Amino acid sequence: MSQVDLVEAERAAVAKPSPLWTLGLFRSEFVTTLRRWRTLALLGVLAAVPILVGIAVKIETEDGSTAGQQGGGGEGPAFMAQITNNGLFLVFTALAATLPFFLPMAVGVIAGDAVAGEANAGTLRYLLVAPAGRTRLLLAKYATTVAFCLLATLVVAVSALAVGALLFPLGDLTTISGTRISLADGLVRALLIALVVAASLLGVAALGLFVSTLTNSGIAAMATTVGLLTTVQILDQIPQLHAIQPYLFSHYWLSFADLMRDPVYWDELRKNLGLQALYVAVFGSAAWARFTAKDITA
Amino acid sequence: MAPYASDDSTHAGEADDLRVGRRKAMRYVVPVTVAGVAAATIGLVPAIADSGDPDLPKISAQQLIEKIAASDVQQLSGTVKITTDLGLPDLGGLESGLLSGATGGEGDGSSADPSAKLTELASGTHTLRVAADGPDKQKLSLLENAAEYSVIHNGKDVWGYDSASNEVYHSTAPAGEDPKDAETPVPATPKELTEEALKAVDDTTSVTVDGTVQVAGRDAYKLLVKPKQSGSTVGAISVAVDAETGLPLKFTLTPTSGGAAVVDAGFTQVSFAKPAASTFDFTPPKGAKVTEEEAGDAAEAPGHSGKAPEEDFDRDLAGLNVLGEGWTSIATFDTGGEGVPSSGDMADAGALGGFLDSFGDKVTGKFGSGTVFSTRLINALVTDDGKVYAGAVTKDALVKAANAGQ
Repeated sequence: MSQVDLVEAERAAVAKPSPLWTLGLFRSEFVTTLRRWRTLALLGVLAAVPILVGIAVKIETEDGSTAGQQGGGGEGPAFMAQITNNGLFLVFTALAATLPFFLPMAVGVIAGDAVAGEANAGTLRYLLVAPAGRTRLLLAKYATTVAFCLLATLVVAVSALAVGALLFPLGDLTTISGTRISLADGLVRALLIALVVAASLLGVAALGLFVSTLTNSGIAAMATTVGLLTTVQILDQIPQLHAIQPYLFSHYWLSFADLMRDPVYWDELRKNLGLQALYVAVFGSAAWARFTAKDITA
Repeated sequence: MAPYASDDSTHAGEADDLRVGRRKAMRYVVPVTVAGVAAATIGLVPAIADSGDPDLPKISAQQLIEKIAASDVQQLSGTVKITTDLGLPDLGGLESGLLSGATGGEGDGSSADPSAKLTELASGTHTLRVAADGPDKQKLSLLENAAEYSVIHNGKDVWGYDSASNEVYHSTAPAGEDPKDAETPVPATPKELTEEALKAVDDTTSVTVDGTVQVAGRDAYKLLVKPKQSGSTVGAISVAVDAETGLPLKFTLTPTSGGAAVVDAGFTQVSFAKPAASTFDFTPPKGAKVTEEEAGDAAEAPGHSGKAPEEDFDRDLAGLNVLGEGWTSIATFDTGGEGVPSSGDMADAGALGGFLDSFGDKVTGKFGSGTVFSTRLINALVTDDGKVYAGAVTKDALVKAANAGQ
């Protein structure tokens, strides 16, 4: 390779960074995020939830009774009653138990920290020195958060599956519509459910990222995101506000259970995914508008 | 591509600041536009999708009723949305008792568990799934949050499965009995509701074809059933009948008083293909609590309310008389009791009396005085000497009937 070629290649690289740039940026972001103690602690807490639920159900049903029926039936998280008969249901119960708060809280912490945390630590300007551009950096940050959504959901699901298989029998399962499906089919549905749950968190992730671009304090961004999450969850419970509830990002979260119907009832699942896409579009572009126009002082 | 485009301001002159600021603000147009487009789409798409009623050959009301009667849909599956707004206070079992008594007073006391569960349909909005394959296989599921209640009829077995509590009810339909009776104790699908409504069609009723409409993506005729007499609280019943199969797809009952429909049940999705055979297979899941029911016995319903009030109501209906005919007929019976205890005349029934008073209006007439309990569809007058007049008629019509009864 001659000198001229090298210069040419360099110029091309500067003028038009290869797509791998974003991937490299994303990889380094993701590894950095994963190496943080707080991320590992969050994942640990998430993994502990199914273990606790599994042990509690095991102890409660030691005498042969069915879980969740002492309180008059249908109490507690969804699918609770079926766990003793099929460990796979622990996956669904664990996801139903963590989706309203634990999972989005963890995502809120990661998303809120994404930009504001760097600004807080004074590392944001160094990140921007690299010729990646602000849009790319923001994309890499969002991709990291999305990857964390998936990872967190899978941690809950895999931990629940392991505990369920250890403590309870596995086998053919009955869908909530009363039909029977094989264990393999059940596992496929469990995987689908995990993917849908992860997708349900995309809205919170985008919202958190936007909040994160507004402030230079990582703690403030995390607290705001988690606070918004709680507020929205409360608003979703007030019957008088039913007119606005279909637009709250958490409104269709529990629709993932519709995947356990036979045939699958897609209406609310579709609404859920559409709503998450809308939140990603609105708050993602708002984050972009804010971040690309912001004065970086830290 | 200018990675540092937004950093321009660092070496831009004072005069450029305003321009740069404006350009920064421009970026926020993107999220605002996205939100605006989304809002517009949500608002407009249903309106666009709704436009244009289908073009169908003309048909007379008589032909349409015959079409419904001749309709012989054996195989279907679909989703039904049913909204009921009777304007009743939410009192659980009470409304089911009132409802079954009110629909012609023929609630035959079938408080078998599926019926107790399905009386939940008497208020609010519910989504049902129905599937049928011939007379021997039907399934009706009530979709709940992360749970489902299914009634499955397959051959001689009738199963009820409540996935929330993992409980199963099983009964066997006796060979001689029409299995359809066992399958749907409560009219829930548009077809069943329509059959109930058409039973009432006689010379006091006007039946017309009111154009066409699209329901669940299918072309349908609209049948309008209206009482001719005044004094009825039933404003109109509108039924959308599938042009091809004659199956009622949507049933709407609007009260005379206007406002939202009292009952609105319609398919949101329907298919006439043969449902998968596995839909109707049911084996109780391992560990589920199974309650066996004796065939024909109007059965145990452990853990479910709604049974007692209904039975009481049926017993009360023993001395039932019907005044008038058609839509304005009024059911009347003598409880032999004291009427509604009111806080005034019974000190120890004070609390209960006050509670009941809060739902009713005091009325007086030639018959004496009494209390009218009204809902959006059914009104009932309980006189102080213990007579009850009830019907889908206005308050004035009840008072007139009570006066005439003296």
